[in-house]
Amino acid sequence: MRELLDDLERWKAAGHEIVIARVVDVEGSGPRAPGATMAVNDVGEVLGSVSGGCVEGAVITEAMEILRTGERRMISFGYSDDEAIEVGLTCGGTIHLFLEPLDW
Amino acid sequence: MAGQLFSQLATELRAGRPVAMATEVDGPRPGSKILIGASAMPTQPGGYGSLGNSDLDRVVVRDSIGCLELGRNEIRHYGSRGEANQQALTVFIEVFAPPPRMLIFGAVDFTAALARVGSIMGYSITVCDARESFATTERFPMADRVVIDWPHRLLEHIEADSRIQSLGVRDAICILTHDPKFDVPAVIAAFSTDVGYIGAMGSRSTQENRQAKLIEAGATQEDLQRLHAPIGLDLGARTPEEVAVSICAEIIATHTGRNAPKLRDGSGPLH
Repeated sequence: MRELLDDLERWKAAGHEIVIARVVDVEGSGPRAPGATMAVNDVGEVLGSVSGGCVEGAVITEAMEILRTGERRMISFGYSDDEAIEVGLTCGGTIHLFLEPLDW
Repeated sequence: MAGQLFSQLATELRAGRPVAMATEVDGPRPGSKILIGASAMPTQPGGYGSLGNSDLDRVVVRDSIGCLELGRNEIRHYGSRGEANQQALTVFIEVFAPPPRMLIFGAVDFTAALARVGSIMGYSITVCDARESFATTERFPMADRVVIDWPHRLLEHIEADSRIQSLGVRDAICILTHDPKFDVPAVIAAFSTDVGYIGAMGSRSTQENRQAKLIEAGATQEDLQRLHAPIGLDLGARTPEEVAVSICAEIIATHTGRNAPKLRDGSGPLH
């Protein structure tokens, strides 16, 4: 999150609604360690990343949903998921993300 | 509270102060947070914010301080009042610690390469050499600090000055002087710190020589176990850049406890 600080403050100052997605847990092999952070704003701009590009597209879709509803939730991506064919990690691990609005 | 916790976090990060943020990610109040700092916070003694129960807050603050010391992010499970071995809620503790420090003693060719690789690894780099003509910022533009002093005096200063955090498990000392006049007192001073990695450059015979002098100077077997010398992993590294990679790789292996072949543990040629 540290590396996104300047941009996040700029977005906030410009009045954007923002969703933060953070890797909070990794089982097995995962591309990014816990703490890796991605942010999406209400015009679809993106900062940072939570994987090696494997799941970012799906995270943007989820983030847009959260911008609408304001809820917070955990989502997981892994090889064994039903979504594995569409969205998943090729490295075989599972990552757990926490998504929330930046309203704090 | 909207907007306040984030700006408090931003303030702490900008000031370079170590801070941890605990977020409930699963449970009755997802998204609730506590900001825990090493320095003064608006709501002492705990942190800034709450997870909704004072017992839970106390336990989470304690665990967050542990994470701060280790510089490690963690996911933890608790009961609703902070009980261990319960799963009522899941908390993600994220640590924003200042970068780990790498102290490089000796302003030699290898120093510039190690300063570059160490920088890429995220270390804050200090180059220290007592010789004024060698230790210049022009020669080491990639270092965060260049200090002209005897290495052991720099270490004593860091440990004695209450405004500077003492060296810890995340920090590293790399002694590249390979001149016993400088490196024996430097290694002895390094032993008296809690630094996580101590490495010293030199051939196997240099190291034998140095070891004898270190024992003379009062080093114990336990101390000597902490010393990685000859420095680096057994990669057959030759150029300053290759040696820098082998040193950084050894630091990683030391932290993770993985079984990577260290030059110290072998007997063959260094390259």
